[in-house]
Amino acid sequence: MAEAYTPLIEAKGIHTYYGVSHILHGVDFAIHRSETIGLMGRNGMGKSTLLRSMLGLTRTRRGEVYVKGVDMTGAEPYAIARQGIAFVPEGRGIFPNLSVRENLMMAARPGVEGKRDWSFERVIDTFPRLAERIGHWGNQLSGGEQQMLTIGRALMTNPDLLILDEATEGLAPLIAVEIWMIIRAIKASGIATVIVDKNFAAVNSISDRNIILVKGNKVYDGSAEALRAQPELHQKYLGV
Amino acid sequence: MDLNIFLIQFLNGIQYGLLLFLVASGLTLIFGIMGIINLAHGSFYMVGAYLAFAFTRATGNLGLAILLGLAAAVVLGLVLERALIRVLYQRDHLYQVLLTYGLILVFEELRSVLFGNDVHGVPIPQWLSYSIPLTDTLSYPVYRVAISGVCVALVAGMYYLINRTRLGMMIRAGASNREMVQSLGINIKLIYTAVFALGVALAAFAGMIAAPIASVFPGMGNQILIISFVVVVIGGIGSITGTLLSALLIGLADTFGQVLLPELAGMTVYLVMALMLLWRPQGMFRKSA
Repeated sequence: MAEAYTPLIEAKGIHTYYGVSHILHGVDFAIHRSETIGLMGRNGMGKSTLLRSMLGLTRTRRGEVYVKGVDMTGAEPYAIARQGIAFVPEGRGIFPNLSVRENLMMAARPGVEGKRDWSFERVIDTFPRLAERIGHWGNQLSGGEQQMLTIGRALMTNPDLLILDEATEGLAPLIAVEIWMIIRAIKASGIATVIVDKNFAAVNSISDRNIILVKGNKVYDGSAEALRAQPELHQKYLGV
Repeated sequence: MDLNIFLIQFLNGIQYGLLLFLVASGLTLIFGIMGIINLAHGSFYMVGAYLAFAFTRATGNLGLAILLGLAAAVVLGLVLERALIRVLYQRDHLYQVLLTYGLILVFEELRSVLFGNDVHGVPIPQWLSYSIPLTDTLSYPVYRVAISGVCVALVAGMYYLINRTRLGMMIRAGASNREMVQSLGINIKLIYTAVFALGVALAAFAGMIAAPIASVFPGMGNQILIISFVVVVIGGIGSITGTLLSALLIGLADTFGQVLLPELAGMTVYLVMALMLLWRPQGMFRKSA
């Protein structure tokens, strides 16, 4: 079936500006079903902007965004999300004025083909810490708990693709390990993922493919193994 | 003060407060969720009153007039949000004030053209047009009790909608992070349209049920707008619970102010506001957003 080869989301030559700053210089990006991509690059290289441009949260000036083969350039963010794309943003985006239960419930939705793999119960089972905090307000959670809540909330939409922007940022090392285990479990469940994270080694150990951005240009696109075999690229593109 | 008179004034105060809540809750939701300062909100109250007047005159039935009026108010809310208010979401408050002030002028002028500048009355329906005797000389009109009852039901309905339903969760979530709500596949624009239409319908409904006791007159919208802003500020912007308590407080303060301190009657509401703001400048229930 052709659909298996159609990317879940695809960017073709997108240019994005913030005011007069030219952030993305014609970037191509594509992710297929069940694939895990590590999107890498130093701070300010355009990783979040690329994600936001594909999600419809930031306007692109040129280029196209296709979701499952359909041109959705300039579409409303909710319409793109409804195609099975879930976003865990940098800073987490927890609703502080909603309880943990409400944060999850408000997002509940069957997937694009009606699949209901991720029920409230399954999400709670996956994150037992949230069960203990179920009645608390979103702003009463620790950073790690908030991160689990954002990921759990994204899963409530039964996505085909989960985009994680800095999911372990600012977390204690042990909590970060827990988050990585969860991301592995999500990958194992067959959901495609795009991972942006400062811990390149951890990303590399889970991703199938890596893409590196430097100043809004794609400078590397290849398998995780190939990147591991070229430590000099690490130094050149990612070293501080 | 005689206990019976106190009781009557107390009931009047509660009834006025509940009516204020209907107007102020829409004002606070529209500001708290969409960030819009809607000066035209009082005009919707006036529109409601005049719709009740016109439809009652045409049909002879207040209940039917209210149903027709509600439908008209919802349509008005939907059309205004789509055509004008939507443009204001990303704009500065100054634009909002200018546009919604312009709407006040438009509605006043329309009112003048369509209904003239006279004061009109709306009859109380026959079956509600009697009084409950309290003493030999004092009695309390059933219509006011009915108003309070309907308002209490609406308060409960609003509380349920905002705090217990998924739509309510989405509305509250939209108040704290619009972009995140959209990223979860929820059409926030549709929710905004619905909230605005709800606010218009509530204000208009208040005007409709108040018409038989308060009559229908030019400028009635601006009067209620100012008091409603006082209610919203005291209650804490965006808080339904705060708006309810604050509306009752202002309803009682205004009613008793006119009885106990007639020479200061116009001021009591503002004195209460000043005192409340000294005590809690952020309002009774302002949530950190």
